[in-house]
Amino acid sequence: MTLGTLMVRNLRRHPLRVILTALGIATVILAFNLIVTTVRAWYAGVEASVPNRLITRHAASLSIHLPLAYRDRIATLDGVTGVTYANWFGGVYRDAKGFFPQFAVEPASFLGLHTELAMPADERQAFLSDRRGCLIGRRLAALYGWKVGDVIALKGTLYPGDWEFVVRGIYRGTDAATDETWMLLRWDYMNERRQQSDPDRAGTVGWYVIRIADPSLAGRVSRSVDAEFANSTSETRTETEQAFQAGFVAMSGAIISALKLLAIVLNGVTLLVLANTLVMAVRERTKELAVLRTLGFRPRHLAGLVTGEALLIAGIGSALGIAITIPASHFYGVLVAARLGNFFQHLTFYPSTLLLSASVTLCIAVCAAVFPILALLRDKIAEDLHNAG
Amino acid sequence: MTSPVVEFQRVSKSYFRGEQEIPVLKDFSLSVPPGRFLAIMGPSGSGKTTILNLVAGLDRPTQGTIRAAGLAVSQQGESDLARWRARHIGFVFQFYNLIPVLTASENVELPLLLSTLTRQERVKHVHAALGLVGLKDRIHHYPRQLSGGQEQRVGIARAIVSDPTILLADEPTGNLDRTAAESVMALLSRLHRELNKTILMVTHDPRAAEYAQETIHFDKGTVTSS
Repeated sequence: MTLGTLMVRNLRRHPLRVILTALGIATVILAFNLIVTTVRAWYAGVEASVPNRLITRHAASLSIHLPLAYRDRIATLDGVTGVTYANWFGGVYRDAKGFFPQFAVEPASFLGLHTELAMPADERQAFLSDRRGCLIGRRLAALYGWKVGDVIALKGTLYPGDWEFVVRGIYRGTDAATDETWMLLRWDYMNERRQQSDPDRAGTVGWYVIRIADPSLAGRVSRSVDAEFANSTSETRTETEQAFQAGFVAMSGAIISALKLLAIVLNGVTLLVLANTLVMAVRERTKELAVLRTLGFRPRHLAGLVTGEALLIAGIGSALGIAITIPASHFYGVLVAARLGNFFQHLTFYPSTLLLSASVTLCIAVCAAVFPILALLRDKIAEDLHNAG
Repeated sequence: MTSPVVEFQRVSKSYFRGEQEIPVLKDFSLSVPPGRFLAIMGPSGSGKTTILNLVAGLDRPTQGTIRAAGLAVSQQGESDLARWRARHIGFVFQFYNLIPVLTASENVELPLLLSTLTRQERVKHVHAALGLVGLKDRIHHYPRQLSGGQEQRVGIARAIVSDPTILLADEPTGNLDRTAAESVMALLSRLHRELNKTILMVTHDPRAAEYAQETIHFDKGTVTSS
C-alpha cells in the first residue's frame, strides 16, 4: 500500500460527487478548447507569416492603392531579392456566405515569393498560361467540391460585374499553418477589365510583397522603402508580413480579448468547483487526517495527499474533456461553417490545444488544493480529534 | 537510576474561550519510568486526555516542560514532532479511528509508510502485529466488516506495529461491551508484560484500571490520589 492507494480509495467514497466534479471540469475543458481553437483561427495568418517577407501598402489606408510603377523602384533597393504585388478581389460566390479570400496576383513572381504554395508543375504552368485561370487551395476545393477544369463564377463587389475563372491548379501548403483557402487569380486579367470599367484605378496594386535577403534586414529595408516614396502622392508604409497580418487581427481585438477573458473565467470556474469539492472532502475527513498526523504523517504528507486527490479528479476531468473535445470540435467546425461560411479558414483543432487545456487544469488543481491544505494545517490536531466526527 | 520515559515538570495547560481562561492542568508533575503501565482515571473534563495529547505533542502546555522518549516535546516544531511521533508514539483511540476505506492490514501498515522498510518487510511487520492481536484471519476485512472489539484490536495493532517507545491509550474500552473490553485490556496487559511497553492509559473504567501497575486519580487539573 502507498499514499496513492489512499488517494484513490478516498475518491471512491463519494463517486457521484467525483463524477459530477469531473464532468464540470470536462465541460470547462471543452469550452476552453473551443475558445482557444477560435482564437488560434484568428491568428492563423500571423502564424503562417514568413519572416523574410515585407508588405508595403499605402501609408494612409489599405483601401488606397499604389502605383504599379513602384515595383521596379522597390526591386532596386538594397536587401530586396524579390517583389510581387496583389489586389484584394473581394468577389462573392453564390451568396454572402460564399466568402473566401481572393487575390489578384502577378502569377510568376507571386508564386516565386510564396514557395509555401505547392502544386504539380503542369498545373502551375497551366495557371501561368491562362489569363482566366485561377489557383485554389486544397481546403477551398474540398469545401466546394471544385476540381481542375471547373469554372468558378464570382459576383464582383470591389470590381463589379460577373467574373468567371477556370480552375487550373489546386495548391497545398508545405506546412500546417499555410492557408489553403485562397483563390489566386491573375492581376493582368483583372486589370484589363478594370481599364474598361474603371480606368482611373487601372494600373494600381493593393500592396507589394517584398522578399528580403535576411529577416534581420526587415527594419532597415522597411525604412528605405518608405523613404523612397516619402513626400510622394502615394506614401507607403512597410512592415513585416507578421505585423501586417497582426494588424488584421487587431481589428477584431475586442472580440478576441473577450474570448480570452472568457477562457480565464472558465478556468476560474474550474478552480472554484475543484476547491469546493476538496474543501468538502477534507472537512468530512478532518478526524481521519488528524489521526494520520497523530501517527506521524507530516504536513507535507497531508499536502501531498490532498494535492494528489485534486490532481486525480482534475486528471479524470481532463481525460473526459479531451475525449469529448475531439468529436465536439468537428461538430463545432461544421456549425461555424454553416453559420459563418468560410469566415474561419483555419478552424483547425491542434493537439497542442489539448495539452494546453490539460496542463492548465492540472495547475489549477494544485492551486485548488491550497485552500483545504491551508485550512487543514491551521487546525490543531487535538481539537480535530476531539471535535470532528 | 533509570531516567523517566515521560516527565511532566510543573505543567499547566489552559484553554481560552474568547477572553475566558479555562484551566485544565495546574502545576502538574509526573514521572513515568520505562516499562510502566500507568492508568489515569478521572471524571469527564478532568484533563485526562489533555495529558496524553501533551505527551504526544498534539497539544502544547501553557507553562512547564514535558519530556518524552528523550525529547523536549513542548519545544519542538510540527514536522519534528511528527517525525518523533512516528518513531516513539503509538496511539490507541476510544473510537478506534480506523480509516474506513482501508482494510485491516492497510490500516496497520499506515505508520510503516513513514519508515524506510521495504514493502515485503512492511507486510511481515503487519502480519506479526495482526497475529499478536489475534486478527490474522481478518487482514482483508474493512473496518465496517469488523466488530467493535476487533476494530479496537486493529487499532492496537496499528499502534504497536512500528514498535513505539510509548503506547498512549485514550479510553480504549470506552466504546466496547464488557467482554470485548476485557479482551482488549488483556491484550494491552500482555503487550506490557511481554514487550515491556510503557503504557499510559486514560480511562474512567475501574475494571480497566485494574490491569495497570499504577493508577493516578485526576480531577480539576490536579492529581487527587495515586
